[in-house]
Amino acid sequence: MNLAVRTVDSPRARTTHAASSPWAIRTSALTKRFGPIAVVDGLDLEVPTGSVFGFLGPNGSGKTTTIRMLLGLISPSEGEIELLGKPIPSASADVLPAVGALVEGPAFYPWLTGRQNLQRIDAAGPLGERRTRQSRIDIALERVGLTAAAGKKFGAYSLGMRQRLGLANALLRPRQLLILDEPTNGMDPQGTREIRHLVRELAADGTTVFLSSHLLAEIEQVCTHVAVMNLGQLLAQSSLAALQATAASRLRIDTDDVALAAQVLANCGLEASTTALSAFADLQNQAPHELCRMLVDAGVRVNGFVVERPSLEDTFVALTGEGFDVAR
Amino acid sequence: MLRAELFHLFRRRRVHALLAVLALVPIAIVVSLKFSGGPGGGDGPTFLNQVTNNGVFAALAALTISLPVFLPLAISIVAGDSIAGEAGLGTLRYLLVRPSGRSRLLAVKAATVIAFCFAATLAVAVAGLVTGSILFPVGRVTTLSGDTLSLWAGIVRIGGAAGLVALTLLGLAAIALFASTLTDVPVGAMGATLGILILSGVLDAIPQLSGLHPWLFTHGWLSFADLLRTHITWTAIDKNLALQAGYVAVFASAAWARFTTRDVLA
Repeated sequence: MNLAVRTVDSPRARTTHAASSPWAIRTSALTKRFGPIAVVDGLDLEVPTGSVFGFLGPNGSGKTTTIRMLLGLISPSEGEIELLGKPIPSASADVLPAVGALVEGPAFYPWLTGRQNLQRIDAAGPLGERRTRQSRIDIALERVGLTAAAGKKFGAYSLGMRQRLGLANALLRPRQLLILDEPTNGMDPQGTREIRHLVRELAADGTTVFLSSHLLAEIEQVCTHVAVMNLGQLLAQSSLAALQATAASRLRIDTDDVALAAQVLANCGLEASTTALSAFADLQNQAPHELCRMLVDAGVRVNGFVVERPSLEDTFVALTGEGFDVAR
Repeated sequence: MLRAELFHLFRRRRVHALLAVLALVPIAIVVSLKFSGGPGGGDGPTFLNQVTNNGVFAALAALTISLPVFLPLAISIVAGDSIAGEAGLGTLRYLLVRPSGRSRLLAVKAATVIAFCFAATLAVAVAGLVTGSILFPVGRVTTLSGDTLSLWAGIVRIGGAAGLVALTLLGLAAIALFASTLTDVPVGAMGATLGILILSGVLDAIPQLSGLHPWLFTHGWLSFADLLRTHITWTAIDKNLALQAGYVAVFASAAWARFTTRDVLA
């Protein structure tokens, strides 16, 4: 299945003003080649301002390369990028101060403490007023729950603590856009929950959050929009609800008459599969209550009748395929 | 940002260790001179023979002895690490996303490398001057021309020599900075720089290549000794400084061209 959904519920009007741009991120025909291989191939990404945007894809699908291009770390082979309404990389110096980022995991100086690390990065660019630095650092550390470990050397941090420091760095100044690559990587369940909470809080303040993750349940819980990438190409991009509506719901019938149930379903044109106590089928256009009535009429003893909405995981696998091996 | 970067560099234990080792070289020389009862023959390096008569010469002897190996080694380590070290740690991407600006970041790194060249040279000269003055008599300074200068005039000349040595090392520092923009592995940048240093030294020692010699960045390294003539002869010094300026211009431009266009994948 290879469907491209491009219904993004957001204003269509396009302007070049940062403040009024409907797109926090927009790319057109974005391509990056390393040698003969197009790692990112003709990407048209549209991230609505104010959305929490989940960026999905198997390992090696080109997510991180895309993020690096968005942030001006690598230059595209072809295509254009607009961040907050301004072109990247030419307007990087104007745009990036309003963008907080966590790219491919946190990276800090192991011989400095968490606090010293934040101080150093803050001092290395614009809009990092020295007068407010300490209080901004305190607030950011507090937000990610790292206050107690602020004085410890980064080298002694656990993976989850490092991740938190990376997030604190992304939150150090007021941001319009956050680009977070695998933000909950290595975190304990509490940490993951806190991050989810944090993302919701930031989104409520009007910050656009662009989130790449493998944790589909995570994305499902916080995101308003998703895009799915595979082999450098965008397979789908839409609001989360629209994407999930494209995949078939699944019917589960718990019954003692599995064979009979399967036959009824087959008669209705559904492909049924069975286990000892249940029959399954992908719903197509049939109304569930009709099916239920037909089953009962046929004498099937229905113990349970469930219409399962597809999870994002099902949708994801449907789009990108089952294979476990990395794509390339 | 420059201030923060300088603090960052000179707060590192590695840099403390480097400066300590650099200072240890002259101390070891002077102490061994004291206890071995002076240099054995007359074939020791320049200035070494004078140390026992006048302790301040220890600063010059230390510079002469440290210049071929110890100072370049320390500078290769710091300059080679400047960009490649950040790339290796991954902090480079966060500095660039901050955004520091690539040209600005490179300029700040170059400035800290220059600061380290002076700090390293100063460490050698001061350690030599202090130990020499403690362990040996101090007095009027005999120039290479055979006249004597007052002690203070002599120390000013020695300070000038140390400054010249620092400037002399800038060509090498520029090469190391360029090497540092080529790789994400700091050791690679250091190794490449030391390789070029050795190559330059070897080529300079082959008489058949004398046509090439004036263009080797190590060729005029010892020209600072001319400051110790009663009437300073500037020819060799000027030639050396011009050559170093040329190396700095070429390799700093190359570093800039490379760093402002490269894909940062680390």
